[in-house]
Amino acid sequence: MSFDMNKIPHIGEVSAVHGAYDINAPVKKDTMTLKERQLMHNKMIGSIEEAIRFVGLKDGMTISFHHHFRNGDFVVNQVMEVIARMGFKNLTLAASSLTDIHEPLIEHIKNGVVTHIETSGLRGKLAEAVSHGLMDFPIIFRSHGGRAAAIETGELHIDVAFLGAPSCDPYGNANGYNRDNEEGSCCGSLGYAKLDAIMADKCVIITDNIVPFPNAPFGIPESQVDCIVKVDSVGDPKGIMSGATRYTKNPKELLIAKMAADVIEASGYFNDGFSMQMGSGGASLATARFLREKMIAKNIKARFALGGITGQIVEMHEEGLIGKILDVQSFDLVAANSLKNNRFHQQIDASYYASYVNRGAAVNQLDFVILSALEVDTDFNINVLTGSDGVIRGAIGGHPDTAAGASLTIVVAPLTRGRIPSVVDKVNTIVTPGKTVDVLVTDQGVAVNPNRPEIAERLIAADIPVFPIEKLKARAERIVGTPAPIQYEDRIVGVVMYRDNSVIDVIRQVKDVSLDD
Amino acid sequence: MQIVTTGVAGTMESSDIMVRIEPSEHEGIELTLESAVMQQFGKQIERVIKDTLKELGVASAVVNAVDKGALDCTIAARVSAAAYRAAKRTDYVWNGGVNK
Repeated sequence: MSFDMNKIPHIGEVSAVHGAYDINAPVKKDTMTLKERQLMHNKMIGSIEEAIRFVGLKDGMTISFHHHFRNGDFVVNQVMEVIARMGFKNLTLAASSLTDIHEPLIEHIKNGVVTHIETSGLRGKLAEAVSHGLMDFPIIFRSHGGRAAAIETGELHIDVAFLGAPSCDPYGNANGYNRDNEEGSCCGSLGYAKLDAIMADKCVIITDNIVPFPNAPFGIPESQVDCIVKVDSVGDPKGIMSGATRYTKNPKELLIAKMAADVIEASGYFNDGFSMQMGSGGASLATARFLREKMIAKNIKARFALGGITGQIVEMHEEGLIGKILDVQSFDLVAANSLKNNRFHQQIDASYYASYVNRGAAVNQLDFVILSALEVDTDFNINVLTGSDGVIRGAIGGHPDTAAGASLTIVVAPLTRGRIPSVVDKVNTIVTPGKTVDVLVTDQGVAVNPNRPEIAERLIAADIPVFPIEKLKARAERIVGTPAPIQYEDRIVGVVMYRDNSVIDVIRQVKDVSLDD
Repeated sequence: MQIVTTGVAGTMESSDIMVRIEPSEHEGIELTLESAVMQQFGKQIERVIKDTLKELGVASAVVNAVDKGALDCTIAARVSAAAYRAAKRTDYVWNGGVNK
């Protein structure tokens, strides 16, 4: 050696210096060809059970899942079945969201396998059961941005992430689509899984489609993946996504959508280079159609569209009306294929999308967002989580994140749904605070939040029928009558977090009522 | 109005109510109600059904109603139709003021 470690000036003060290189240390070189190596020296593990042992799952740990497979997801149920069979208890299940297909979790909760749940939403029988007091520990509901923030600050620590992927190579480069074959399913963006892969202590990819290394482009890089399990199927392609989200034919929704587009046009935010997000409801999606006509007529183009992406947004991108797409979740196959094929359709993670603690989230660059609502109250508070009977049946999603981030937040809802009024005195559950909501568009008129008088002025000048929100509420009641208040037990079954992870509301156990009560 | 057979009106569609009226061996209205909006409107629906039957002069019947969020006017119309059918009568009083 031509030098003496001890004589290098200040070497003791330099970090990441691990002594002198040992010239005699053995070097292990893998001399196989890439093709051979992939088959023999890889990160594939024979079964979910072996993977669980490999990552060292223990009682009381926190495991995570994503919801990109929506109601076609087989991953949560497959993994939980193995975990239950192996006898684990007292786990925290921190999913980005849960839906109807996750009904088998009821048994795992009853058996003490899962004792805590964090999610954006809950539907179906599981939601019913939780609303009727299934769990001792209340469910923690977080927005997509709030969950991302909790994970990236380490407050929500994930021990093991089990992330389903429609494609993966033998080293863990995973994605929601692939450029190698047409096999398996397709979910487009893996936005909600990406952060889990980064932050989890251990990351297991569950896939049904192994492609050769490197599975580029990838949503999750191999550097974040501990092992890969190939299963027969990660989900039902039909449940994961449909061909294209169809435009609604419901005349009420079309009326609302047309009105929402008129509101946007008159709002002062419809200028060349604008940015937008459309929620996934029928009326909010249909708004894109009417907006498109206005964009063509006025030669106005959008700089970008954000969010859950649908075929409508892709269509406008491909005809040059929308410059770029930021995609945290692809809602249909058209969107997924666009992510695969269109260069300016970018996959983003949940933190980039909506976190309030990182160094910049895309929601903050939104000019306007169109959001749906189950209930709106006269203070413009929004409920998208509990039904009119008080039972959990929805998801927070990015609702409060985009409402807070966008310069103009427009909420669309029919004034009544069947016999249920959408505009009420007090929403059952506050998910998005009214002070972040600017305009309500119903089929029977528009209301503007009094804290945005300039918007009201512009809409009135454009002959848009603007009413005080109390008037809309009264109109709804005149049609359907005044609903009796829902009866709850005292017990709290759900805690609703705002995007800054402060508690904005609670969900109580529902009381079963009959005519005799 | 005397209930002599089984009369049915309405559908299981959203915003409708399916009403089935049958003869009863006892005095009074024996009502079973299932509703998608039980919590909020159960009592109100019950009142509309009973008021409608009262105005039609039905004093004895077994009534089974499955409501899918119908408005009061729909409920009254379906109850009237079912009652007329169950009474085997066709002397309808249009705009008879049943729905008040």
